[in-house]
Amino acid sequence: MAGCKPKQAPAAVGLGGEKIKIAVDPVTRIEGHLKVEVEVKNGQVVDARCFGGMFRGFENILIGRDPRDASQLTQRICGVCPTAHATASVRALDRAFNVKLTTNGRIARNLILGANYLQSHILHFYHLAALDYVKAPDVAPFVPRYNKPDLRLDPKTNQIGVDQYLKALEIRRTCHEMVALLGGRMPHVQGLVVGGTTEIPTADKIVAYLWRFKEVIAFIENEYLPLIYTLAKAYPDLLETGTGCKNLLCYGVFPLDDEENTFLLKPGAFIEGKDESLDPSQIQEYVRYSWFKDEDTGLPPNKGKTRPEPEKPGAYSFIKAPRYKNKVCEVGPLARMWITNPELSPIAQKAGFKRMRDLKEKAFSILGRHVARAEEAYLVAKAIAKWLKEVKPGAETYVKTEVPKTGEGWGMTEAPRGSLLHYIKIKDSVVANYQVLAATLWNASPKDDLGQRGPIEQALIGVPVPDPKNPVNVGRVIRAFDP
Amino acid sequence: MSLERRDFLKLCAGTVAGLGLSQVFHPGLVMALEQAAKKAPVIWIQGQGCTGCSVSLLNSVHPSIKEILLNIISLEYHPTVMGAEGELALEHMYAVAEQYKGKFFLAIEGSIPKAAQGKYCIVGELGHREITMLELVQELGKKAAATLALGACACFSAGIPGAEGNLTEATSVTGIFKENKISTPVINVPGCPPHPDWMVGTIAHVLMYGIPELDDNGRPKLFYGRNVHENCPYRGYYEDENFSKTFTQKQGCRYNLGCKGPVANCDAWKRHWNNGVNWCVENAVCIGCVEPGFPDDMSPFYESL
Repeated sequence: MAGCKPKQAPAAVGLGGEKIKIAVDPVTRIEGHLKVEVEVKNGQVVDARCFGGMFRGFENILIGRDPRDASQLTQRICGVCPTAHATASVRALDRAFNVKLTTNGRIARNLILGANYLQSHILHFYHLAALDYVKAPDVAPFVPRYNKPDLRLDPKTNQIGVDQYLKALEIRRTCHEMVALLGGRMPHVQGLVVGGTTEIPTADKIVAYLWRFKEVIAFIENEYLPLIYTLAKAYPDLLETGTGCKNLLCYGVFPLDDEENTFLLKPGAFIEGKDESLDPSQIQEYVRYSWFKDEDTGLPPNKGKTRPEPEKPGAYSFIKAPRYKNKVCEVGPLARMWITNPELSPIAQKAGFKRMRDLKEKAFSILGRHVARAEEAYLVAKAIAKWLKEVKPGAETYVKTEVPKTGEGWGMTEAPRGSLLHYIKIKDSVVANYQVLAATLWNASPKDDLGQRGPIEQALIGVPVPDPKNPVNVGRVIRAFDP
Repeated sequence: MSLERRDFLKLCAGTVAGLGLSQVFHPGLVMALEQAAKKAPVIWIQGQGCTGCSVSLLNSVHPSIKEILLNIISLEYHPTVMGAEGELALEHMYAVAEQYKGKFFLAIEGSIPKAAQGKYCIVGELGHREITMLELVQELGKKAAATLALGACACFSAGIPGAEGNLTEATSVTGIFKENKISTPVINVPGCPPHPDWMVGTIAHVLMYGIPELDDNGRPKLFYGRNVHENCPYRGYYEDENFSKTFTQKQGCRYNLGCKGPVANCDAWKRHWNNGVNWCVENAVCIGCVEPGFPDDMSPFYESL
């Protein structure tokens, strides 16, 4: 195959009335392969498309395997949130195997997933998103950067940001140690299996977890949250930019009782300004603009098919387009925090925001999403402190079960980056169908069969790009979703 | 201050009494590495993967990832951590590859899909032309001094993306190099993901002393030279035929729960994971993620060999 010598791209021009196309490919500092193309007119985005550029085919690879292998295999979809995929998978398996967890099993799972929430949110803000706001040292891999990167922090505040970036590397590593104490190792946990977890927390392990946790929660309270609100002051326009579709979805995560009547972040939908209860039968996946066979469009997850067609004309992404009641929905921290509307941290309260919805329209913005994520990290951390008191050293976390001949299960949970669903159908004791509907499918989806743009595509419309050679706000919008 | 290769190996293996891994990267070595890094930057590219290898690298304790990023490795291209994006990022990568032709090290995470002319993995776009992983690996592979194939996906039969049922013809680095007669040496650093010490230790060895001694599977013997089961702390239970019946019963050998330790070779049994807090067999079972047969030959994971 011929080499790919870099060719000089035609320079993007002017700010006049003409439309210009800007492609950002790769979108770096995210997990995975994403390209975004925007059309800019008069210094504003007027059209946007999200291209998912990678397909592995986990759903096809799972067919015919021992169903228990699914939690090990599917967590390798994402190295940043494997615990969430493992959680969705074992929840699907729990139902298909018809097994009920012990109380300690439920709490141990919360402690494993919760620690990775903290890891993921801290990694996302500091190591993926922060370079859009904070000027890092002039060494690789932080340079090159845009000529006009629109970095507005004064030198002293900026230095705080840089110091926190470096400290956060250690804090997120510490979060992984918390996951590994109960889950075996990270990334890719051994400990989440159908029927519970594989390791009973001992007093020693709980203490080791607690000791690390104290350092992490102090960092969230004293450094992460204050820095987010400092950014909101330095970049006030970014609380008005990147609104999006304003329909929100949450499947619920962190069950607080064994019957799963209550969740720390509750299931629900917020559609066209109204709260609704969640009805999973209203989820469909469209593929008209995705590289999959047209006849497989509009299917619910339990009928889902994954038959790629990479040369399909008119399609532009390997990401399918899931919709709820045919509506485009945003998922992730903003959706969860808006739907549950919990009390916010003391620092937010001081500023007059008692609950998430007190942010009003400002919540639906680039920095609104970062505020929601940081406040959620604080909420989850507070809950972990409670679970550490509830978990019983030495009490069983695992219920032994056998692979059923037939079975079916929906495993719904929330990954740090949004709603996550695994569906399994078992026939002759092996996987007959497996469907994964990951958070990024919701947020980074292309257009659906009704012609509606996906959530990130919609959030990009209207975003100011005054200088096409330095489209900093485009990257800021995308990363705020943590795709 | 310098460090003899022999001592470096001993330190990596953790066989020097009283010295842990933390002493591997004593100040002398760090200084020497800094000098070496300036001459030989690392370009890290990602194919069909999950970023888990990169996240595992971030978990490095000694040296800390802060030390690695700022001082030890000159990481000129890495999609997950780099500041630049889009053409700016790609142009920089090609410029570095040209400037350091024959000198830079190429780290490849994820597998390389061959089906549909490589369209199952697009890594970027330059001058309105899409670049596939298939194309990029060949282009950079020819120019690199050596290539590190990181993680199960980049090694052997391409890990999970290459498992039975895949439609993308996911292929390992060695596979692509062989088919295209690229003679650049490849070091396999498998694992799903690899331990940070396996990656950092291998990179450090390459920078300081050249390619380490490899086993028949192209893996550094230093890290993959010994069998998990033979060295397992629960081996005594196996000899006594005392087998765990459920996951949470820890006073027993995990063989009957499906442990693949007997066919897996790495040093997780002594190195442990995440700052040493736990490891696979202590928590559950080994699934053999460092071996060429992962995942198909190791599956079902929870049935005994």
